[in-house]
Amino acid sequence: MIELHELTKRYGDKLAVDRLSFAIPPGVVTGFLGPNGAGKSTTMRMILDLDRPTSGRVTIDGKHYAQLREPVKYIGALLEAKAAHPGRSAYHHLLWLAQSNRIPARRVDEVLTLVGLQEVARKRSGGFSLGMGQRLGIAAALLGDPRIVMFDEPVNGLDPEGILWVRNLMKGLAAEGRTVFVSSHLMSEMALTADHLVVIGRGKLLADLPMTEFIDRNSRSTVRVRTPAPEALLDALARADVVPRRADDGAFEVDGGDAAQIGELASAAGVTLHELSPQRASLEEAFMRMTAESVEYQAGAEPPPYGGEPLTGPPPAWGADWQERWGTKQKKRES
Amino acid sequence: MAAAAAALRSEWTKIRTVRSTVVTLAAAFVVTVGLSALLCLLTNHNFSEATRNATTPFDATATSFGGIILGQLAVIVFGVLVMGNEYSSGMIRLSLAAVPRRGVLLAAKASVVLVLALVVGLLTSFVSFLLGQALLGSHSTTLGAPHVLRAVLGAGFYMTLLCLFSVGVTAMLRNQTLSLGILMPFFFLVSPILSAVPKVKTVARYFPDTAGRAVISVYQPADAPYGPWTGLGICALWVVAALLGGWLVLDRRDA
Repeated sequence: MIELHELTKRYGDKLAVDRLSFAIPPGVVTGFLGPNGAGKSTTMRMILDLDRPTSGRVTIDGKHYAQLREPVKYIGALLEAKAAHPGRSAYHHLLWLAQSNRIPARRVDEVLTLVGLQEVARKRSGGFSLGMGQRLGIAAALLGDPRIVMFDEPVNGLDPEGILWVRNLMKGLAAEGRTVFVSSHLMSEMALTADHLVVIGRGKLLADLPMTEFIDRNSRSTVRVRTPAPEALLDALARADVVPRRADDGAFEVDGGDAAQIGELASAAGVTLHELSPQRASLEEAFMRMTAESVEYQAGAEPPPYGGEPLTGPPPAWGADWQERWGTKQKKRES
Repeated sequence: MAAAAAALRSEWTKIRTVRSTVVTLAAAFVVTVGLSALLCLLTNHNFSEATRNATTPFDATATSFGGIILGQLAVIVFGVLVMGNEYSSGMIRLSLAAVPRRGVLLAAKASVVLVLALVVGLLTSFVSFLLGQALLGSHSTTLGAPHVLRAVLGAGFYMTLLCLFSVGVTAMLRNQTLSLGILMPFFFLVSPILSAVPKVKTVARYFPDTAGRAVISVYQPADAPYGPWTGLGICALWVVAALLGGWLVLDRRDA
């Protein structure tokens, strides 16, 4: 289990990671989500002791990374594609890594076959495509047969086939009981692979919850209704205890409503409908709402559409502000 | 202990599996031996002319190391590449993830460089000397003559030290291009030029290359402030400082 305690990283006057505390649950895929520049890569580098935290700490099963004996057998990491010398062959790139942690050389051939690079094993990695470079990085991560694997944006630059391969690989690794920690800036990608979700924005923790919970909370459907006779419709809906909400454009929206039921109610009351459409908020939208105020470089100068004043005073426990916002949103819906 | 052995093995693989490092090390040998041989051949053919303005007795040993001025550049490039490749390729993060104790990583790298450069350096110096003497004909000397063996061994040690110095400097600068851009002009132009300027000369005597090369000459200049081994010692101090600096930077900075 990887645990982060109040992890903080400051570059000059810029706070890249701000008192981040969460635990990566073992044996499942944990998605590490955040907009670009949120501090995901910095956090991952601090887990591997590549960047030193300004304050706070990271432990892996209670130990600091540098205390791990032969760490490649413990945690495999893909940090950036093409972190290999362009003049060295894929085989030799993995060979030096294997030797540094006393991993038998035959394992090099195994992982090369696993990622589908056995044909080009003796070719210089400088000639590899981005996708092949990514596969080589994944091979390096899997080399030590580690219990924990960490991938930073593994599908970046991959073709659809490669994306599918990475997705299945991560699921397979978790099915084998390994801990998978994978970062992404795409919610849609995470929704397909992750069991657990950690969301950060501007270095702060925004959410830490099981994926199913996130989906339940965010995939509520809405029914949009538009009518030239709003009063008659409201009466008809009120009789059936359906509470609509007026949308900006004069239409009504019924959260969690059933399009068929609403259509029948309108029909029974003789109300003409110009629109009756079930809507489903995408997870991507939910993620964007969540991170909107923490996006570093926002297009336009409009105030953030979600959330209120920036936090002052001591920060709440992890996820508290996120849960709080959720609470108010739920209440708004209920009223 | 096992971790250190594993790190050594891994660093050896890194060096031998990239063409540029192998080529530069081979170039150090070829350039030094070739150029020295050429110098000896020319000196032998034009002996009276070549030694007309000499203030010290003819040094047959040093003449057979004439090519070291260029050969040392290849050795420096080798040292820079071994360390700089980590940064130019972004591999340093993978290396440190594999060997998180940074001192161990740098020590392993420096040790492999030390052994390789020493083997190649001594091979170069002996071949260079023997071939040079053969070409010098009647003006040649032998390994048994006074101070000659010291000079030949010293030439090998000198190349080794310059190589380690480059490793240390590159570890400090964390940039291959920058390191080459500083070390090459320094050793090829700045140091030789400053060594010829009066007054500045006294300072330039303590530069790593000038001090280190004292060991190669059988005859020391009359005004030399230090002996041949002390000169090599000064060069070694530069190496220790560079490697220490490199270790501090590697240890303190984020990878």
